[in-house]
Amino acid sequence: MASEAPKAEALNVVGQPVKLRDLKKHVGGQTSYCDDLRFPRMLHLKMHRSVQPHAKLLAVDTAAAARSEGVVRVLTHADLPGGELWSGLATVGGAGDEPVLASDKVRWKGEAIAAVVARTPEQAEAAAAKVKVRYEPLPAVFDVEEALAAGAPNLIAHWPGNHYIFGDDHAAAQIRLGDVEKALAEADRVVENVYQTSPIEQAPLETIGCVAVPDGDGRYTVHTGSQSLSSTLKSVAAYLGLPANRLRFVSGSVGGGFGGKADLAVEVTATLAAIKTGRPVKYRYTREEEMFASSTRAAWRVYIKDGVMNDGRIVARKVTTYHDSGAYLRMSNYGAMKHSTHWPGPYTVANVWVDVYCVFTNRTPSGAMRGFGIMPASFAIEVQMDRVAKAIGMDPWRLRLLNAYRNGDMRGHHRAVKDAAMIETIQATAKLSEQNLTGDLQSLSSWRQKAG
Amino acid sequence: MTAKILSLNVNGRDETILCDGLTTLQEVLRDQLGLLTSVKDGCTQGGCGSCSVLVDGELWLSCLAPVAALAGRAVMTLEGLKQSAGIAAIQQSFIDNSAAQCGFCTPGMILTVKALLDANPEPSHDEILEALSGNLCRCTGYLPIVEAVKDAAARLSGGADAARASEGREG
Repeated sequence: MASEAPKAEALNVVGQPVKLRDLKKHVGGQTSYCDDLRFPRMLHLKMHRSVQPHAKLLAVDTAAAARSEGVVRVLTHADLPGGELWSGLATVGGAGDEPVLASDKVRWKGEAIAAVVARTPEQAEAAAAKVKVRYEPLPAVFDVEEALAAGAPNLIAHWPGNHYIFGDDHAAAQIRLGDVEKALAEADRVVENVYQTSPIEQAPLETIGCVAVPDGDGRYTVHTGSQSLSSTLKSVAAYLGLPANRLRFVSGSVGGGFGGKADLAVEVTATLAAIKTGRPVKYRYTREEEMFASSTRAAWRVYIKDGVMNDGRIVARKVTTYHDSGAYLRMSNYGAMKHSTHWPGPYTVANVWVDVYCVFTNRTPSGAMRGFGIMPASFAIEVQMDRVAKAIGMDPWRLRLLNAYRNGDMRGHHRAVKDAAMIETIQATAKLSEQNLTGDLQSLSSWRQKAG
Repeated sequence: MTAKILSLNVNGRDETILCDGLTTLQEVLRDQLGLLTSVKDGCTQGGCGSCSVLVDGELWLSCLAPVAALAGRAVMTLEGLKQSAGIAAIQQSFIDNSAAQCGFCTPGMILTVKALLDANPEPSHDEILEALSGNLCRCTGYLPIVEAVKDAAARLSGGADAARASEGREG
C-alpha cells in the first residue's frame, strides 16, 4: 500500500506541546505506586544478603529466623524448582548465570541468600538478621584487567576466563574496518589515552518493589514497578517452572526508573513466597538496598589510540574496552554490543579496530541506565577529541566538524550513515553559544562531502 | 515496647491511633488511617522529602516524626488540603509548568510550596531554592518546579490577572 506523509495541518500531536496525561493525578496525590497497594493478609519479604564479596557457602542456618516473631516462611535456594539460573536477557537468548538465591557460592557483597517472609516489614527485617551463614572466603577480584589476567580467581565456572563469550567463541565483541595498524604507522601523530567511568546508581525516588498476590485458583497477579513488564513475566514463569498463563503482571505508575527497574530484581522471589505461603507478599527494597544491592550503571575502562594527520583528519581509531559487568551477566552483553557499534563515535574514521570485553568481577552486578554502553563511549570519544585537538594545535570545534560523519559514510560496523545531523547540531550549538565559526565550517553539511 | 493510645487530628478529623515509641507519623498515615498514600516513602530516613506533611501548618518529614510526640496536634496531608485556600493554584501551576514527571515527589513538593507561600507569599528565587532544598526530584530537574513556585506565588498574590497571564503560557 502506498503511503504518503501526513499533511502538517492534519497532525494533532507532532509539533504540538503535549501535556503529560498523569499530571492531574500527580498533583492531587492520587497516583498509586506499587508501594501504595494493600491486600488483606499481606506479608512482607526481607532479604538476608552476603557480607562477603566472594565465598563458598558452607552452611545457611535459618532456624532462628524461622522462630522469630511474626515469621511465616523462610526461603532459600532449596525452595526453588529447577532452572534456577537467570539473566536479565535469558528470555531473549542471554545465558543464565545467576541464582535467584545463592546456592553454593556468593560472588558479590549484597548477593541474596535467604528470604524471610513475615507479617510486618519490621518483623521480616529483624528475622532476616538472624539468618546465620558460614562462609569460606575466596580470593576476590575487583578490577577488570586483573580479572582477565592469568591466575585470577574464577567467579563462574560457565565463564572460565571471567569474561562473556560473544557469538560462539569470541572473548570480545569485535569491530573491524580497514587496516588500523597500517594507518597508525602512516599517521603524522598518535594520540593515546585511557578513560575510566564509575558505577552510578539510578536512584529512582520510588525504590524497586512488587506485590505478588495469589488469585486463589493457581494463578498469581504481580503488581510491579518494573520497567520491563513482559520480559519479567516470562522470566518469572521460566524460573519458577510455571506456564505463563498462570501469571498476570500489572504495572502501575513507575516512580522513576532510569534503567534501574529494567532488570529482574524482586518478582521471582516475591512470587515464590506467594506460592509457598498462599498469601499476598510485598517485596520492596529499602533505600539502603536500592543504593547498594540494585544493578548500577557499569564502570567502563576505555583505551583509545588515534592516528591523526596534522591537517586534522583522524585516520585510525583503535579501541579496547573493558566493561565491568560485576558478578553476573544480567544485561551487560547487550550494553557491550551497543557500545561496540557506537565506535568511532559520530565521526568518520576509515580504519577502526574495536575489542569490547564483558568482564566479571566481584562487584555489584551492573545493568541498564540511560544509554548504557553509549554514554561511556561518548565520554571517552569527546574527551579524546579535545585532547587530539590540543595535540595538533587545532580548534576543537574545527576538529569535530572536519571529522563529523556525513550521509553515506561508513560506520565501524559496516553500516552506511543515514540521516546524519552532527554537523548541523554543532553549527546550531556554536550559534547558541556565540562561537564564531569560520565561513568554511559554516558551509559544511551532512548532505555533502565537501565544504561549499 | 508498650503500646500507647493517643488522639491526633488528621485532615480535620480527630483520630484515635495505636502506637509505640518508635511508630512514625508516616506509618500511621499510610497504614493505620486508611491509606493516605499521597504521603510517600522514598527513603525512610529524612533524605528525600517525599513524605512531607503539615503539622499545625508547619512542614514536617513524617518518616522521622515519632507520632507519640504529636498527641493533640493537627496533621494535614495533600488529601486533606483539597478544599483549602491556595492549594488549587499551586497544583495548577505544577500542571501548567510540567513540573512533574513520575509524580512520586510531587505531593511532598506541593506541601512544601504550600508551607512556603503561607509563610512568605512573595519568595525570592533563593528563598524558593532554600525551601525546596529538602525535596528530591529525579525526573524533571528542578527548573520547571522553581518556575511553578514562582507562577503559583504570582497567581496567589497577583490575583486573576496573573493567573490568566500564566494560564496563557504553554508548557
